[in-house]
Amino acid sequence: MNVDPTAKIQNISVGMQQRVEILKMLYRDADILIFDEPTAVLTPQEIQELIKIMHDLVAEGKSIILITHKLKEIKQSADRCTVLRRGRFIGTVDVKTSSEKQMAEMMVGREVNMNIVKGEAKAGEPVLVIKNLDVNNNRGMKAVKGVDLVCKAGEITCIAGIEGNGQLEFVEAITGLRDVNEGTIILNGDDITKMSVRKRTNLGIAYVPEDRHRFGLVLDMTLNDNMILQSYYQKPFSNNGFFDFPEIRKYTERLSKDFDVRSSRGPDTIVRSMSGGNQQKAILAREIDRSPDLLIVFQPTRGLDVGAIEYIHKRIVQERDSGKAVLLVSYELDEVLDLSDIIHVFYSGQVVGSIPAAIANENDLGVLMAGSSLEESHESI
Amino acid sequence: MSRFKLALQDEHRSNLIVSVLAIILGFLAGLLILLITGLNPLDMFIAMGRGVFGITDAGFNIRYIGEFLVTVMPITLTGLSVAFAFQAGLFNIGAEGQMIVGGYAAVFVALVVKLPIGLHVVVAVLAAAVAGALWGFVPGLLKAKFNINEVVVTIMMNYTAMYTTNYLLKLIPGSSLTKTADIPQSASLSSSFLSSLTNQSRLNWGIIIVILAIIIFKIIMEKTTFGYELRAVGANRDASRYAGMKVSRNIILSMSIAGAFAGLAGAVMTLGTFGFGRVLTSFDGYGSDGIAVALIGGNTALGSLFGGVLLGALQSAQTIMQVYGIPKEIAVIVSAMIIVLIAMKNGLKDILKRIGGIK
Repeated sequence: MNVDPTAKIQNISVGMQQRVEILKMLYRDADILIFDEPTAVLTPQEIQELIKIMHDLVAEGKSIILITHKLKEIKQSADRCTVLRRGRFIGTVDVKTSSEKQMAEMMVGREVNMNIVKGEAKAGEPVLVIKNLDVNNNRGMKAVKGVDLVCKAGEITCIAGIEGNGQLEFVEAITGLRDVNEGTIILNGDDITKMSVRKRTNLGIAYVPEDRHRFGLVLDMTLNDNMILQSYYQKPFSNNGFFDFPEIRKYTERLSKDFDVRSSRGPDTIVRSMSGGNQQKAILAREIDRSPDLLIVFQPTRGLDVGAIEYIHKRIVQERDSGKAVLLVSYELDEVLDLSDIIHVFYSGQVVGSIPAAIANENDLGVLMAGSSLEESHESI
Repeated sequence: MSRFKLALQDEHRSNLIVSVLAIILGFLAGLLILLITGLNPLDMFIAMGRGVFGITDAGFNIRYIGEFLVTVMPITLTGLSVAFAFQAGLFNIGAEGQMIVGGYAAVFVALVVKLPIGLHVVVAVLAAAVAGALWGFVPGLLKAKFNINEVVVTIMMNYTAMYTTNYLLKLIPGSSLTKTADIPQSASLSSSFLSSLTNQSRLNWGIIIVILAIIIFKIIMEKTTFGYELRAVGANRDASRYAGMKVSRNIILSMSIAGAFAGLAGAVMTLGTFGFGRVLTSFDGYGSDGIAVALIGGNTALGSLFGGVLLGALQSAQTIMQVYGIPKEIAVIVSAMIIVLIAMKNGLKDILKRIGGIK
């Protein structure tokens, strides 16, 4: 196993950190190893390495329990697969003899369409133009360094990369949650670099945040309250500062129906009690229904079941087809490859490569995500 | 039993059940202590009956009810103050100080400013609200701009309030070393009507202020976009920023309004109950009572009224218990038990659910 025993943990790659974790378990003579979503922060190449290590361990007689929501990994690494849904045991299948589609159906409880049906993008005018953007992170270090980027109407622009390479800071700068050091952000020709969050929202930015519990929702308020989170002060939801509750209710009920948001007590449900998939659909409903020019979706399907993922992907493509600019930030390569029209790879706060989705492949993206350039990688082969 | 189970699963009704249970258990604890110390537990209830409902050995005396309400008024207002700030996610430990400066402002307007009858009392009450708001504004501002913990600032400002107003009170013409001159009738909240209705108790028009304050609190929090913003900021500051709300402004406003409620309590005491301004040697404890009231009431408007009535009842009974040879500390223990039990109401709820067999 390839680790450098003298290196400081903070200086080595996440893949190597994970190998250190595995070594620690082996060192203590563990016979059963539990991996809980081990691939979330790895590049595709590192994932392949990890799967190889797991196979080696099994050959040595260890038992491995792998917890994951990625069907491809199950197919590649597991012998048997047990599906749990909402805390219930659904069934155990032999991986070799069952297809990904079968397992997905067990996970969702109905037939799922694994392939996203998506036509050609009809790219229009640039909606968002970012020039030479510099942004700091919470510790005051430079997180985004001189990024240029354009999002066009009718296109899904994707930012790929491993978590923590400046994607969050970049998006927060666009939405107004974070100050910009340098550079300009232009939306539909207006310079919005220094505008408040509310002004940007009103100019047509919608944002489905990565951390939906911290930013997207007020968990202890009702679905009603959350559906009007940005528009509560506008008509018809309120008049002169006083709420029109029947209007809000009507609105919540309509959105819940349109976006298939399920809740135990309808508009009065406390959002905390809803499932992750329904919470995310509620945010998506709220953001899309404002009919924004620019829809920013950050890790829109993290932690969701296959059924919810399918639905959310479908709605994002619909938005694109209706002529909106979509900026997708995702750490999941499958999602990046399935949804995007153009892919920009972030590494260490910079765009290290831009590839049209039509010619993108997992390997090239993985190389870029690890910080190497494609030329180097091709030369070495 | 099945209806009981259903009620437990309902958020609102289970809160009510737990509150009632906490009160019953609190009294049981009080009884136990009385039994252990060899006193007659019945005396506690006789004292409660007299202090709260006016049932004496010599028959019904409505004066006790009037005095009971006088006890309820200020702690309900300080309770509203704490609850209002808490809805926005802030701990207002400074209701005491805000009340003191409110009381001073009311006395100052009453004794120094000359205004016609009718207007005088209104201006005096408003001055109390403004002074309290100012005393809440400072910690709100420090919290919003420099993230200085509001608990520390409000506690310190309680002392500032007491010693500053003690000094300023003595500067008002006619003041002695312990109190100011009596407030002129034009600025007084006292009511011969309410007083005669309750057999010469000190009940006064302050009760109208309390009722108005409860209504205003309820309307702001439940019906307005402003209250919605405050609740959102209190429940999730990051999501409020994401929604484009001005978090700093809401923090400052909520502390100011909380201060105004406490300031009104000061006006009720000086213009109504006492009729003069007092030089304080120590805190009266209305601020900490307010914390308990807000806690019992779950930080809502009607809950604060309920909490005020409950705590007021216990306090009214305390003095009378002593007549029956019960140390008033017992009453303090009973109220403390109730507060502790309500504070652990989630634990109580879990126990109830386990008994009820709900997973």
